Amino acid sequence: MTFEDWFRTDRLPHIYCAGCGNGTIINCTLSAVDQMGWKKDDTVFVSGIGCSSRAPGYIVTDSLHTTHGRALAFATGVKLANPVLNVVVFTGDGDLAAIGGNHFIHSCRRNIDLTVVCMNNQIYGMTGGQGSPTTPMGCLSTTTPYGSAEPPFDLCELAIAAGANYVARWTSYHVKELEKAVKAGLETPGFSFIEAMTQCPTNFGRRNKFKQVADQVEYLKTHALLKAKRDRMIGQGEKVPDDVFVIGELMRRNRPAMGVKV
Amino acid sequence: MKSPEFWQGNTACAEGALAAGCRFFGGYPITPSTEVAEHMAVKLPKINGVFVQMEDEIASMAAIIGASWTGVRAMTATSGPGFSLMMENIGYAAMTETPCVIVNIQRGGPSTGQPTMAAQGDMLQCRFGSHGDYSVIALCPATVQEMYELTARAFDLADQYRVPVFLMADEIVGHMRERITVPDRVGQTPRRELEKGVLPFRADTNLVPGFATFGKGYGVHVTGLTHDERGYPCATNPNVHAALVRRLVDKIENARTAIADYDIVNPDAEQVFVAYGAPVRTVQQVLHDRPDGTIGFLRLRTVWPFSEHALRAFSQAKVFFVPELNMGQIAREIERHVKVPVVSLPKLGGDLHTPPELVAALEAHR
Repeated sequence: MTFEDWFRTDRLPHIYCAGCGNGTIINCTLSAVDQMGWKKDDTVFVSGIGCSSRAPGYIVTDSLHTTHGRALAFATGVKLANPVLNVVVFTGDGDLAAIGGNHFIHSCRRNIDLTVVCMNNQIYGMTGGQGSPTTPMGCLSTTTPYGSAEPPFDLCELAIAAGANYVARWTSYHVKELEKAVKAGLETPGFSFIEAMTQCPTNFGRRNKFKQVADQVEYLKTHALLKAKRDRMIGQGEKVPDDVFVIGELMRRNRPAMGVKV
Repeated sequence: MKSPEFWQGNTACAEGALAAGCRFFGGYPITPSTEVAEHMAVKLPKINGVFVQMEDEIASMAAIIGASWTGVRAMTATSGPGFSLMMENIGYAAMTETPCVIVNIQRGGPSTGQPTMAAQGDMLQCRFGSHGDYSVIALCPATVQEMYELTARAFDLADQYRVPVFLMADEIVGHMRERITVPDRVGQTPRRELEKGVLPFRADTNLVPGFATFGKGYGVHVTGLTHDERGYPCATNPNVHAALVRRLVDKIENARTAIADYDIVNPDAEQVFVAYGAPVRTVQQVLHDRPDGTIGFLRLRTVWPFSEHALRAFSQAKVFFVPELNMGQIAREIERHVKVPVVSLPKLGGDLHTPPELVAALEAHR
């Protein structure tokens, strides 16, 4: 099988805009799932609300498209009630970190055996481009017309601090690395959190000086700093630039976990 | 029948749920419902069930819906402020036709109100509290025995009609202790599984679709968006939306006589009480003190869908009295169905009506 076998073909084409990175992230996720050798009948995809959360609708397994921000709470019910099921959650920055922030930290704390793929496009795409908790300071959106004045969340640091077993960040440019990270997350018992930085040409790029889709992907590529390199720079006393974000495997540990299949 | 027990109402609720096969409880502590959760926390792990204390009532409701899709009987218990938080996902359960049981041990509101005092102020919220049109089932116990039996029945109704079912109790019934005879068994009508090859949201003649349990190979897509019979989002077709919402309402409202549960006392009386929950106890005392058959009593155990046909049993009625621990929420419903005067008898603050208060109302309208 390949990732293509996991698509619900009678639901295609999808709703994503031209140039959107979500499809790339879904492909990476499904490739990782496929490599696990999981059966479709034993796998459930859960999501909340937003562009990212439409993903389960295009996947052929049992899938639960829930209320805004609550995907992790629904997924917790599924997983605890039937730990045999492999449960993967798709979410976005607004869904996970704003309205769903409380469920996020408590799912990390419980270290429940879910794998969460967060498509972070730094904007509310589906509702037309409002600022989110990960919109960088100074960036334009329909609700930050003079530039965002709020410091954003670092979702991976949040997940690490709250207790997740596996945490990684990659981008829609780093497809091989992203796929491997998702697979590592699927293999790790407990809560796995993979943040995938992605472009939203329609509602983020267009307002923030990324004239072409490739411009924003190029930005993600050039402003991503490998964790190993970041650590080396700090070790050598070099200053880490302010406008970069760290990518790589940021946490792997074995805290006690809930909902693990016996 | 087993030997009699002496139980608190909330304990009887939890035991009724366990007897009905409930194996998943997701909840958040809130007075005066907490004993339900505490009892489930003790009992469920011993019988291979799951108890999980969630981070809030929004998550509690979400967790029981997720659990229900794996095929287990799932419930939560709460009170006013928590009930308000659950409204979002109660609507999701209604839209996705997810069987689940929500226990509300009602306390005085609005807001934090009176955490330790009884009320019935959430009777309209349980029917209309989430956005959009839908219908639900609500049961109201007046005894510890009914806390057990109606909780058990709630699971059967939830599975049969694929709908959230509410046990709308109150602090008095939840916290009082009285004798209960535990039945050897309660009915367990299983959820009707979807037949292979049938679309997952295509209803049968009862307007209820078969259930596509997760993990059984259905590949079902469940969404709170307006969806077609395949379960696929279809949010801009007016006909699909209208047909879905009408079915969600009709599957409950058309079944009101089957869901109904009430007692009729003295149907030839001219003065008739209608009550549910704790105020039933005061009405019973008034009838006990005046055994001449001149006072009618409609005692409701099912409040939603409303049993308006039961009102017609009182063909000689000249006035209906409705004692409630609220400002007349069900009295308004009764007014819609009868042509004679309906006298709302609100009681706020947490105490029950006293028998003299109800007798005074009878005298004032004689």
